[in-house]
Parts: sequence; C-alpha cells; structure tokens
Amino acid sequence: MKKIKKEPQKDVAFYNNPEKRAIIYQILALIGIFLFTYFILNNMFINIEKRGINTGFDFLSSEAGFGILQSLIKYDESNTHGKVFIVGLLNTILVSAIGIFFASLIGLLIGIGRLSKNYMVSKLCMVYIETFRNIPILLQILFWYNVVLASLPSPRQSINYFDTVFLNNRGLYIPRPILESGFIAVIIAFILAVIACRYLVKWARKKHDETGEEFPVFWTSLAILIAAPTLVFFVSGTPATLEYSELKGFNFIGGWTLIPELLALAFALSIYTATYIAEAVRAGIEAVPKGQKEAAHALGLKDHIILKKVVLPQALRVIIPPVINQYLNLTKNSSLATAIGYPELVTVFAGTSLNQVGQAIEIILMTMAVYLTISIVISFIMNYINDKIKIKER
Amino acid sequence: MKLFKTATLSLAALAMTASVSMADTLDDTKKKGYLSCGLNTGLAGFAAPDTSGVWKGIDVDFCRAVASAVLGDASKVKYAHLNAKERFTALQSGEIDLLARNTTWTATRDTSLGLNFVGVNYYDGQGFLVSKNLGVKSAKELDGAAFCIQAGTTTELNLTDYFKANNMSYTPITYDTPSQVIEGFKAGRCDVVTSDASQLYALRTKLKDPDSAFVLPEIISKEPLGPVVRQGDDKWFNIAKWTHIAMLNAEELGITSENVDEMLKSNNPNIQRLLGTSSNIGEQMGLDAKWAYNVIKQVGNYGEVFERNVGKGSPLKIDRGLNKLWKDGGLQYGAPIR
Repeated sequence: MKKIKKEPQKDVAFYNNPEKRAIIYQILALIGIFLFTYFILNNMFINIEKRGINTGFDFLSSEAGFGILQSLIKYDESNTHGKVFIVGLLNTILVSAIGIFFASLIGLLIGIGRLSKNYMVSKLCMVYIETFRNIPILLQILFWYNVVLASLPSPRQSINYFDTVFLNNRGLYIPRPILESGFIAVIIAFILAVIACRYLVKWARKKHDETGEEFPVFWTSLAILIAAPTLVFFVSGTPATLEYSELKGFNFIGGWTLIPELLALAFALSIYTATYIAEAVRAGIEAVPKGQKEAAHALGLKDHIILKKVVLPQALRVIIPPVINQYLNLTKNSSLATAIGYPELVTVFAGTSLNQVGQAIEIILMTMAVYLTISIVISFIMNYINDKIKIKER
Repeated sequence: MKLFKTATLSLAALAMTASVSMADTLDDTKKKGYLSCGLNTGLAGFAAPDTSGVWKGIDVDFCRAVASAVLGDASKVKYAHLNAKERFTALQSGEIDLLARNTTWTATRDTSLGLNFVGVNYYDGQGFLVSKNLGVKSAKELDGAAFCIQAGTTTELNLTDYFKANNMSYTPITYDTPSQVIEGFKAGRCDVVTSDASQLYALRTKLKDPDSAFVLPEIISKEPLGPVVRQGDDKWFNIAKWTHIAMLNAEELGITSENVDEMLKSNNPNIQRLLGTSSNIGEQMGLDAKWAYNVIKQVGNYGEVFERNVGKGSPLKIDRGLNKLWKDGGLQYGAPIR
C-alpha cells in the first residue's frame, strides 16, 4: 500500500493540524515522563541524605568479609564486594549456560519424540511436558534440592567409583587435572585437529557435490579430535596429572566439586525449560509442509536423514524465536537459586552484600543492569543466528 | 521472586514521598490506628506462631508494648515478616515503623544505614550447634567443616573472623531463613549450624531428636540484639527507647501485669512516676500519662516477657544469664524514670 501524503491545509490553525498535533502530544508526553523521573529521583536523594544513609559505589572496594560456597575465580573473605559481584555474576552465567545446554538437548529430543509414530514414546513425551511445565519452577527447584540431599549419603558413606569419583550429600567429587607446562602441545594439537576437521568437512561436501558419495564426516572428525590430542599427550610424556579427592576430616578435599545446589538448580532449570523448548520444536516440525517430507521420502531417503537434512533446517526458522525467549527465561529464573542457597548474583550480591552494606538502590540497579545486559546479549546472538538461517530471499 | 520483592522495596524507597521524609511517625501511627512492626519469619522465642496461629515471642511482645504505649492497645499491630536480607530496606523505605527482629547492634548498621538502635532486649552471642555423633567437643576441632548460616547476618562475618584468627578453613552454605538452615542441617548438607546461641536452642527444638545435637561451649562474639527505628525522628526514637526502659524499671520495682492495678495506689515515688500517677513523662513524649501502665498491664515487665517466651516458662528454657537485671548480676539496666 502506498501512503498518500496529504497536503496540509493552509487555513487550519497549527493545533488543529493532525500531524503537528501528534508531534506536540509526543513532546508533552516526553516532558511529562522527564518531570516525573526527575521528581522521583530528586525525592530519593533528598530522603536518603536526610536519613543519613550512605550512597555511592564506594562499598564495591570495601572488604566483604563473608565466604562464598562456590566461585569460579579465586575468592576469599578478605576480597571486596566488587569481587563478590564478579563471583556471583560468573555463577549466574555458569548455571545459565549449563541449563541452556541441557534444556536445548532435552527439549529437542522430547519435541521430536512427541511427534514419534511410536505410541508409547509420543505419550511419554506428552506426560513429561504436561507434568513439568505445569508445576511452578520454584517448587521444582526445592523438590530436586531436597531429593538430591535426601537420597545421597553422608561424606563418610560416599558412593565410590574406583576411588576416583565420589558422590555424597556435599556434592559430586571428580579428579582435577593439573596441567604442566608441556600441556600446551596438547592444546595446539587440538586446535590443529579442529582446523583439519574444517577442511575435511569442506572436502567431503565438495566430493559429495561432485560424485554423490557420502563420506562419514562426523565419525572421522570425532576420531581426529580425540586421537590427535591424545597421541600428542602421550608422546610429549603425559604433561598432566590428576588430583584425586580424598576424605580428610569432615569431607573430601582436593579435586573438583560439583555442589548439590548447582546440580539441583541446573537440573530443575533444564527440565522445566526443556518442556517449552520441546513444544517449540514440535511446532516448528509441524510447520514444515507435509509435501517436503513426502518428497524426501519419495527420493528414498532414510527417516533420520529426512529429519536432519530436510525437516529440521526448515523447522529451525520457526523454532528459534520462541527458544530465544526460553533462554532468557531460564537465565532470569536462575535467580530463584536464592531459595536453595546456590551462590549466584541475586543470592550473594543482591542478597548478602546488600544486607551487609545496606545500599539497596545501588545494588539493585547493578543487578538489574546485569540481567538486562545478559538478556540483550542472548537475544543479539540468537537474532544473529536467526538471520543466518532464515530463507534468503533474492 | 526474592529479587522482585527486594526490587519493589527499593522502588518504594525510591518513590518515598516528601511526606515520609518529614514524617512524624507518632502522628502517622495514631492516624493509622495501628503500628507496623517488622518481625522474623519464624524463630521460636523471638517471633513464631503458636499452635493457634498467634505470633508470640520477645520481639512480638516489644511490638505490642510500643503499641500499648502509643495507642493504648497491645493488639493494634500489623506484623511484617522479614528475612534477614529484607529487614533494613523495609524500615528505611517506611514499610514498617519499628523493626523488632533479633537484630545485632553494630557500628556500621547504626551509623551508615540511616537507623537508630533502641536498646538491647536480648544479650546474645554466637555459638555452634553440632550433632553428637560427630564426636566434636570444641569449636577448635571444626577445621574444614561445612556450616549452615543465615545469609546477610553478622554471624556470617563473625564466623570468618573466628576461622581466620584460628587459622582454620570452612565451607559456608548460606540460606535465607532459619528454617532453611535447620532443614539443611537435618539433611546433612552441613556439619554445624552457627548462629546466635538463643537461635540455636530454638532451632534445636525443631530436630526430630533434639538430644542428638548440642551447642558447643565456645561463644565467639557479642550479639546485642535490639529493636531498630529510622533515623531522623527523635520523638519516635524516644518512645521506643523508653518503652524498653519502662519494662526494665517495672521489673526492678516489682510491678507485674498481675499487680499493676494495686501498684497504682503505691506510695513509692518511683512507682508513681512510672505509672503516671505523679508525673507528666508520658505527655512529654506526646503520649498518654498512663503509657507505662498500659505497657505493663497488657504486655508485662521485662522479666515476665523473658520467662514467658524464652525462659523457664517456654520450651526453650534458656537461662537468663547476661539478661538478668543489673542488681542480680546481669547487664539489663533501665535508666531512671524521672
């Protein structure tokens, strides 16, 4: 439709001219919002000063003085509230990343299973979806946390796998690799393997285009990716050792620990969000015209090839936009961790730090800014992917 | 959800209108007809619902005492149940007028948060609750143990100091509420619960077998717990402060909720001044002359409140210890009413 621009009538007063009037109203609205914000902020500053409440961001450089259960970077009690912020932020990102990975995986499988011709598989997937998406996420977090804690033994009766992996109600203990300087060779070998795989994929595609022959790209790449670094590892004289956890005093010391709070939270978030992703996947697959599947079938392609090469690429265009939302929800829901004490941003920074320094406004603003930034970054990345895979119209 | 609640509170703080900042809490309370009082989310002895759902405890009684002094009726209180992390924001933003929530009086809180501490209604100290089968006899043996703690408390900071001073390490597991803390202990997530000793006794009663756990002898900190008001309203500060002092004086003078009516006829000038038969102290504070009479009649003196909620008359059976009156060798000392 073409927009017809009306000639402004000359004998009408400017306030009766609809176009000008629209602009005037918008300016008035803007001034109104500005004044309102100014009034509120001004009030806040006056009140805060009258009450003698500290303001400003000086607290970020003062000593925190409390311990944090899990931190990805080195943290101890003498570090600052600024460091607490970083530790909390990293823990939020960690649990969100784990959650997004598993939610996508489970969601994809369940979504496909939901459309299976097998009655049992399809109904089981339906039950899964209907159960977990109709229970509030907070209850699920508490449920899994209590299940994890209640079902696992105490440290002294740990479940033990060959004295290397231990599981008890304090967490899952796995050996920690300690890298020596020679390990750099292994990393280089891995990078080279990745580059080799890229060429392999290109070569295989070209060969496929020219001769129609299929080459087992996936399995070959996997073999290269595993074999090359492993070989270099042994040739260069095993430049890494494992640090095992061992029972000392109250608990296991050394190695890597996955705390039950993280396990429960990641579990609950993945299982819950996966139900929504599964429905998005189902919607996406059903949106692919039936004729596409029939045509592919007529060519004699196997079912899994049809799914992989015909259905999913088209379905992804429908799937990605709702899935972006689910990734955002998952990240925001991770703040419910405060119910079970997983030390993410809201628990340690908007919780403990806030209470120790009492500067609610600054801390809440910072926390909100973080979630805003994370959300914008996720939707930016996903929109980029969406642009990449959408039908290129020429 | 917690973030949402905190965010709302902070936005409430943002949006505080001019009327709040110049507020006269006394006038507001009289106008509203009730006192808004912040309590714990549930801690036996301090603020917890009884079997019929009525909130009881030392802190609840302090709210009721201030309501009696101001409004003449102990029942005119609206309670807000706050966790440790929410309490100060709720008071700063004007959501509550009085915070009676076993809060430790510290320099930072008193000077930088816009708060005033009214006094000490319970002298406490931080201790450790451990299970008997752990085989530990002293806090010095706790190197490497996991601790269940309530987030955002002085407890958390004291624990750090204590372990640093003794060159030991620990794993902190921090929860929001006391009940989560004890659930974590029950489930075996931690070896030790650390908190104010009074809380440990209260939490112990929630164990399936309370005798399976005990409190270690070490007390590692001073925890003077007391009610808090907003800074900047001296009139209201005075009322809260002198309500507490009046209850201490009442115990010292032997006035109880039972005998207060007879005491009105007393010849003792101290009693006459306290009960308002021969003084205008109440009017000086903007209250009724019978303010202290109302407090004692409806809530009781300090000793009654203590015994009823945490002492021998309660399931906690805590010894009065430091909370005895000064003349009995304790620290509770009520400034003279004259």
